[in-house]
Order: sequence, then C-alpha cells, then structure tokens
Amino acid sequence: MNLYTAKDPKAEQSGGKPPSVPNEPLYAARKKIFPKRAEGRFRRFKWLVMLITLGIYYLTPWIRFDRGPFAPDQAVLVDLANRRFYVFFIEIWPQEFFFVAGLLVMAGFGLFLVTSAVGRAWCGYTCPQTVWVDLFLVVERFIEGDRNARMKLDAGPWTADKIVKRVTKHAIWLMIAVATGGAWIFYFADAPSLAFDFLTGQAAFVAYSTVAFLTATTYVLGGLMREQVCIYMCPWPRIQGAMLDDNSLVVTYNDWRGEPRGKHQKKVAAANEAVGDCVDCNACVAVCPMGIDIRDGQQMECITCALCIDACDSVMDKLERPRGLIGYATLNEYQSNMALATDNGQTAIQPARVRKPDGMFSDRVRHFNWRIILRPRTLLYMGVWTAVGIGLIIALLSRDRLEINVLHDRNPQYVLESDGSIRNGYTIRLLNMIPERRTVLLSMMGLAGAEMKIPTLTDTSDRVFAIPVEPDKATTLKVFVTLPKGAVGDAREGFSFIAEDRASHEKDVYRANFNTPGAK
Amino acid sequence: MADKHIDDISGVETTGHEWDGIRELNNPLPRWWLWTFYACIAWAIGYMVVYPAVPLLTGATRGVLGYSSRAELSAELAGAKTAQGAIVEKISTSSLPEILADPQMAQFATAAGAAAFKVNCVQCHGSGATGGAGYPNLNDDDWLWGGKIEDIHQTIAHGIRYADDAETRVSEMPAFADILKPIEIRQVAAYVVSLTGTPHDPAMVEPGKALFADNCASCHGEDAKGNREFGAPNLADAIWLKVKGEEQIAGQVRQPKHGVMPAWQTRLGDTTVKELAVYIHALGGGE
Repeated sequence: MNLYTAKDPKAEQSGGKPPSVPNEPLYAARKKIFPKRAEGRFRRFKWLVMLITLGIYYLTPWIRFDRGPFAPDQAVLVDLANRRFYVFFIEIWPQEFFFVAGLLVMAGFGLFLVTSAVGRAWCGYTCPQTVWVDLFLVVERFIEGDRNARMKLDAGPWTADKIVKRVTKHAIWLMIAVATGGAWIFYFADAPSLAFDFLTGQAAFVAYSTVAFLTATTYVLGGLMREQVCIYMCPWPRIQGAMLDDNSLVVTYNDWRGEPRGKHQKKVAAANEAVGDCVDCNACVAVCPMGIDIRDGQQMECITCALCIDACDSVMDKLERPRGLIGYATLNEYQSNMALATDNGQTAIQPARVRKPDGMFSDRVRHFNWRIILRPRTLLYMGVWTAVGIGLIIALLSRDRLEINVLHDRNPQYVLESDGSIRNGYTIRLLNMIPERRTVLLSMMGLAGAEMKIPTLTDTSDRVFAIPVEPDKATTLKVFVTLPKGAVGDAREGFSFIAEDRASHEKDVYRANFNTPGAK
Repeated sequence: MADKHIDDISGVETTGHEWDGIRELNNPLPRWWLWTFYACIAWAIGYMVVYPAVPLLTGATRGVLGYSSRAELSAELAGAKTAQGAIVEKISTSSLPEILADPQMAQFATAAGAAAFKVNCVQCHGSGATGGAGYPNLNDDDWLWGGKIEDIHQTIAHGIRYADDAETRVSEMPAFADILKPIEIRQVAAYVVSLTGTPHDPAMVEPGKALFADNCASCHGEDAKGNREFGAPNLADAIWLKVKGEEQIAGQVRQPKHGVMPAWQTRLGDTTVKELAVYIHALGGGE
C-alpha cells in the first residue's frame, strides 16, 4: 500500500486506530543488493546514454582543433597554468569566467526543468554515479553471473573459484577506475604529450595524485558504496523534494490495477474473487539497483532508473496484459485512478471499477497527457533557461577581443616638470585576446594639448602610437602623459585612452583622469 | 549507573540517564570512525617522532628528520637567488646602455632597483621618489648633476659632498652674507624670482640682474639655467629644490644650505647601483 495513499481502507475498517510504532530498530544495516539484468526499451535507452556520456568523457580531450601557431590545438582544454579555457572556437580569459558561471546557472535551471517535468531523470540516466555503477555491474555480471549466481557465490564459502572471480572483478573495477581518473587529467593539458609523459613517469606529481584520487573515488563510490552514495551522501535527492510536484512524472507502481496481487491468480479468479494485474513475481525487485520494492510507493531511494518498468513490462507481455503496471505517472493521474479504483477511498481496490467487462481499461482511467509538461512552473524554468542562454550567446557574439586596462600612478600623483608642465604616469595593459599578432593604435581623446610618451617604445611624444602586441597576451606599457603649463587647469581632468584595431574594427575606451596640483 | 537498562526496541543498552522518559542508546562508535581515530593517534605518534613537536624549557624536540621551517625558508631563498643568478650575472657584466637595450635585463633591473630603492633611498627621497625640501624629486626632468643613465649611476655610486668617497660630486655655494650688502641680496632674490614669471618689483630686479651677472652667473650661467658640472641648480625653471618665494631665496643666498648624499657603491655593490640607476632613469625624467 502506498504511503501517500489518501486513506488506508483497512485502518478505516479497524476503527481508525493509529498505526502502532513498528517494533524494529531505527538503524538499518546495509542489505546486499544483486541487481538482475533487465531487458527492454528503458534498458536500451540507458545503454545508449551510457555510450554517449562515457564517449564524451573519454574522447573529448583527444579532439583536435586548429587555432594557428600561437594557441594549443586541443578542442577542449582548461589551461590552468596560462589561465586560458578553450572550447572549440571559444577562448575564455579568466575575467570572462562569467560565461562558465552562466553555463552553471543554465545547468541548474536545466536540472530544475527536467526534474519538475520528468522527475529524477538526471539520477536515473545521466548521473556519473549511475553510469559508472551500471558499468561496474556489467563487469560484475560478466565475471560472477547474474543475480542468482552472484547471491549463491556471495553466500558460499571462500573457494578458489570465488577468490579468482572476486580478484578478477576488483582488478577490472580498478582498471576502469584508473581509466576514469586518467581521462580527467587530459582536460588540463595537451592530451597526447601528457599521455606519453604519464606513461613514461615524466608527468607532474599533480597528474599522478589526481589520477590516484579519482581512481580511489571511482572504485569506492562506484564499486563498493553504490546505492549508499545516492541514499546517504548525495544532496541532490533531497533538493528534488522541492522540484517535484503533483504533475511531475515519477516511476509509479499502479496499484489501482495491480492489486490485489497474487501468485495464484487463476485459482483466485476461479473462486470468483477480485484479482489485480500484479502476479507478485518480484521481477521489479530483482532488477532494482537501489534494492527497493517499487510497489511500496514513491521512495527517497528510487532514482527512477526505470529498470523495474522494463522488468514488469516483459512479464505483462508474457501474460498478455497491457504494459504499464509499473510506469511513469504523475501523482495527480495516479491519485485520480486510485480514487476510481477505491471509490474515493471507501473500499479496498476493486479491479472491476477500472475495467470494462471485456477487460479493457475503463474510459474513466486517466492516462498521461503530454500537455501537462507545459505548465507555468516548467514554462518559467524554460523561460529563465532560455533567457540565460540567449544572454550568454549575445555576450559571446558581442564580446571584445581587444581590451585596454589603465592603472593611474598613485605615487606620485603628478610630477611638475621644469618648464612648468604637469606629467601623469599610467600603466596601460593592452589585452590582445586572439592568438594572432596585430598592431593596436593607442590614442587619447580629450585633454587638449597633452601628449603621450612611451619611453620603452620610442623617445618621441605624440597623441597616437602604433603598438605591436603579442598573440593571446597582455602587453604592459608605461605611458607618461604631459600637459603643457598653459593648459593645466586647477581641477582634475577626465579624458580617454582608446585602443583600436583598424583592421578588425575593434575598439575599447578607458575613461582616465589627469591629476594636477590644483586638484583636490 | 546502578541499574542496567536495555532498550526494548533495539535491544541496545542505554547510558542509564533519563530525561522526561527519553534515554540515550549506548551504541558503540561506528567502526569507520573508530579506525580513523586510531589512525589519527598512530599518525600523531609518528609525527612527534619525525617532526619537531614536544616543547622543552629552551626549545623543542628536533625530530628524526631534522626539519625546520627556517631551514626550508633559507633553502627556498637560496633557490630563488640561484634562479636569478644568470640574469644578475648578466647585469653585472653589462654596460648601462646594454642593460637599457635589452628588455629582459631592463625589466629585471627596474624591478630589482625598485626593491633596493624602497630599502635604501625612500628615507630621503620618499616612497614615490618625489623627494621634499632639500631632497630632489627624481621623477621630474630637472637634474642637478645630469639625467643621463651614466650621470645617475655616478651620483648613486659616489654620492654628493660625501667626505669618505674620493670621487664624490662636490660643489659649494659661497655665503653671500659676507660678500653682498643686505639690500643687494634682496635685489638678487627679486631678480631670481622674476625669472620664473612670478610677480616682482621692477625697481629691485634691474640692479639684481647686474649683481647676478657679476656674482652668480659664473656657476648658475648667464641665463640662470644652472650648470650640471657644478651641480648648480637651474634657477629659471618651475622647480625649486630647497626654497620657495623671495624671502627664502634671499636666505639661501645669504647662508646656503648644502645637501649630502652618501656613496652607495661600497655599501650595495656595483650591480645594485646599476639596477638603481636603471630604476631612477625609468621613473620618467631620464634623458
């Protein structure tokens, strides 16, 4: 009986007595779980997701992308040493890290959207924990056999066969774990050369320690702890309580058509008693990687991997009954059907109430309507997600690849020259954010009569300088601006430094100040 | 805890205390916690053996590794010195123009010079090298003894009026209180003030000009623009080293004050002096 079912008819019958305190300890020891292999459409979909996600993870660092001679040719690279982030044609400098923050905001709202629409799809299909546990279970099944063989092996004595199987399994798990940790480091350096250095013992200590750490976490979390990570360690299942509502799709045991369950249905039916669709075969329990019985209702442990749906569907197929005894359903839909089956909670579940005499479902049974996905909540999430996405794209398309930063000298604030003119010093950084050499025109706007001098470049004074800048680097210049005696006012004066690339029509302006002795 | 109480539901012994009917189960510590705790104890014992740990009356135990954070620091400093060795060596063997021409050397020398300046020079010249009354501003283009890199190097290396250095720059302005009459000194001061376009009394300036040509032009020049040979200041520019205004100029003519700068070659060594010269030259007034 579902925990959230409106009323327990049996409790009604027993005179509304409050349920007694269960006479068992509050602490639960871990139960060993031996998930059986499932077959079906969701399992096939999960294989595909596993292939795609693992493929992306392992192969991405090896994709090459030509950026010319002044930048690395790795398509996705987090170059921490040089503080550059490369994703195909996008290069991000540290001050542009808000793009990454924006992507994280999108990822957050994307999760909200997916969760409110289709429940814990992230947990069930794409979470690395789920994917790697799935992978580890493939190994376990290959070495030790399926559920029954593994249970037998686990319960049996430590024979040579058991030792060999266990050692092989853990060895393969460790190899997968090493490969997992090993793939991670390739995102942070040139993959082919790092692979060579790593294998020949020449890589940096941090590379080895990162691999060791990720090997340990993959092996322990994916191989040893498995479902305990989801139940006890992960905060995301708890957050999802706020994301789900009555219209979210969750994996549901439809007890309105399943109950009363029974193994000997024909006998019961022959005795003219009510029978539900559930034949109590326990297939759904056997395949569950979380070790729960979905028929107990919605549970915190359920990651909605949908394998019980596959298991149940194949049983229903054999029995030639409609699929979907266990399926994705919203709470609204489920409760409406429960009310139908129990006459609004007045009776126990009566299969006859949801079926027509010919065995087909009654027209009053509610089925999932795709339109329910488009409701204010999901539309809001979608709207925010899209707005952030559009904002990021606009910011990306309109961002400057040429920037000027100016640091005004503070000590001294100004210098009096012998002819009475006033000089201010500035440290100017020209950021050439593309991997190409170019010439930047540095000019002044305002501050009539003043001229710039850049001693490291040339001895002459002028209001415009052509400055060669290195590819993908910031060029630092010491610039002195001198204002002749006659032009010196008694207040601080504002003016602008302009950096311009005439070839690409890029321009950046910096508003600067000029200090004079009279300025307060 | 006289009576042993066993919890009905879990079958676990309780601590024996009771608060409003609530009892605390006396469960053993989780195994992982206990083993972590033991591991920490083992780690601590090992740490005490290997590293300095136990405080004694006048120090602490040394540990079998002989580790000390001071030794680590000096090793790191020595490492940094070694890393800088090549470029410092290059600077010490290069001439000043060579250093200025090489961007890498110039950059290193400027940074090293700035560090040496903060330790040795800011006491008189100020943290921004802006000087003060009697202490020249090193940022501007007004140089007493010359603003070329070689001149700056010479001044830093041997000082000014520094008795202990044979090559020090020396000059002395006579005290005109003994030479000129008080009214004449006032007239000279009025003329000097007039050179920079400040308000003045023409009746005083005319005789002052004649007096200047007779008494002062030999060092400060006919045009009063000074002479770097003698460190004679330019009196016709906007910058005043020691004095401001007619009264103070008269005072300086009557009884001049002379600044002294120590020679740094013997104290800091030639490499540091070179770095200081490069730094000063790059402040903006270098010629």
